[in-house]
Amino acid sequence: MDAIELSGISRSFDIKGSRLLALDECELRVAEREIVAVVGPNGCGKSTLLRVISGLLPPDHGRVLAFDSTVAGVDPRVGLVFQEPRLLPWRDVLANVALPLELAGISRREREERAREVLRLTGLEAFAEAYPDQLSGGMAQRAALARALAPEPDVLLLDEPFSALDAMTRERLDSELLSLWRQTGTTIVLVTHSISEAVFLSDRVLVMSQRPGSIIADVPVDAPRPRTLSGSGASKLSAAADKVRAILAQAAPEEAAA
Amino acid sequence: MTTSTPRAATAVETSEARDPGRPLWRRLLRDTGPVIGAALIFIVVWQVIVIIGDYPRFILPSPLVVAESFVDGWLKGTIAPHFWTTLAEVLLGLAVGSTAGILTGILLARSRLAARMLSPYIVAAQATPILALAPLIALWFGTGLGSRVLICALICFFPIAVGTMVGIRSVDPKLIELGRSFRASRRQRLTRIEVPSALPQILGSMRIGVTLAVVGAIVAEWAGGDAGLGVLINLARGSMFDIPLMFATLLTIALMGVVLYLIIVAIERRLVRTPS
Repeated sequence: MDAIELSGISRSFDIKGSRLLALDECELRVAEREIVAVVGPNGCGKSTLLRVISGLLPPDHGRVLAFDSTVAGVDPRVGLVFQEPRLLPWRDVLANVALPLELAGISRREREERAREVLRLTGLEAFAEAYPDQLSGGMAQRAALARALAPEPDVLLLDEPFSALDAMTRERLDSELLSLWRQTGTTIVLVTHSISEAVFLSDRVLVMSQRPGSIIADVPVDAPRPRTLSGSGASKLSAAADKVRAILAQAAPEEAAA
Repeated sequence: MTTSTPRAATAVETSEARDPGRPLWRRLLRDTGPVIGAALIFIVVWQVIVIIGDYPRFILPSPLVVAESFVDGWLKGTIAPHFWTTLAEVLLGLAVGSTAGILTGILLARSRLAARMLSPYIVAAQATPILALAPLIALWFGTGLGSRVLICALICFFPIAVGTMVGIRSVDPKLIELGRSFRASRRQRLTRIEVPSALPQILGSMRIGVTLAVVGAIVAEWAGGDAGLGVLINLARGSMFDIPLMFATLLTIALMGVVLYLIIVAIERRLVRTPS
């Protein structure tokens, strides 16, 4: 059984009267506990793809399955982390992390207990009472990650979650994400701009074509886990990265430098 | 990531947090000094005008005479009953007007159809002077407390409805999408995201609303009423012919407006977090 299965997904948008095809016959399978990264040129529909998987955006054609049952509307088994933290500025971190549980009608005592647990998991315990404007970018994105984990989703979707952060913070959060993955066993689908990040995190890197987006390559990353940037698997990681880069260069020549 | 300790969410906006070392009297002086200074200048200019113009006290009483009348009016109980009547009208009117205003603002923000249907009439109603409307309302509904509350409510309804509408329309769509990603119901979207997010605008419009409600109460009392500060002004100007008392009443009305305004500001400080 696959955690996520997309077949024949197409989705278009009406922009100022003209029809723009964002996704064209997209196929995708993600196994349980797998980490899959999606890379592709700017505007190729990566974010649209994640929104379709989450159920936020219904596809025009095709089927979305999560654990063999159809995703119709936003699916509680799937959690989504956005590019920006999107924390509610009037709530402290604890109340922000508890938000999804509150919306699901879970009692205050239970949701605060659960939220504190996730804060511990993400190293944010000391920040429970802090407000979003008091957090650094990395801390805020950690809080957003904690919030997505609070309802214990089976699948976690990340939409360029660390792209606004500096390189050091980003590497650190990448490592933390892997350790969270080991502890929670969540299936992860991640959209990223960074080829090195994609390769470092994932079991497979899916490469998307230019718009209208579809998946044109599936590059396995067979470096052993746990991974480090300097360890023995580093050469396997860079080999996979080179392969992804070569495919992207063919798919979108003008963006090959990215 | 554990190198920096979290700055606790204490009262960051109080002056105490800004400069903890200073003694209390200096902070008080800094916060209230300018207000008192401005009042002193105003009073001195007033006194000078009275002296230079040599006006009789039934045209322009001196500040000292007004102050005397003010203290006298409160001690003898001339002002107090009227004050409480007006305050009741203002508070009830504000409660009714802001409830209706907030609900209408939400409706206007939510439904394009409602906005198209109602907006022109709400604007037209606002453009009609309350001064002209007040006698009509007195004619239809009598001159009791209900009518006067209605006039207060009408006058503060508009800014609060518009403030709420603008506030809710300008909620970050990314937060709305966030709510959607956690399957928030329409009601939850309103109570957990939209209203808290629009709260600064709603409370800002209530600042305007509360001062208008005071004006509304006085107008309503002029249109018909047997008690209230508006009635007292008429009495002082007419049968009592006590111009200093009229000034003392004006002072009371102004102070009521200022204090109510400051109360709304204080509520705002409590409810709305200002980033540190």
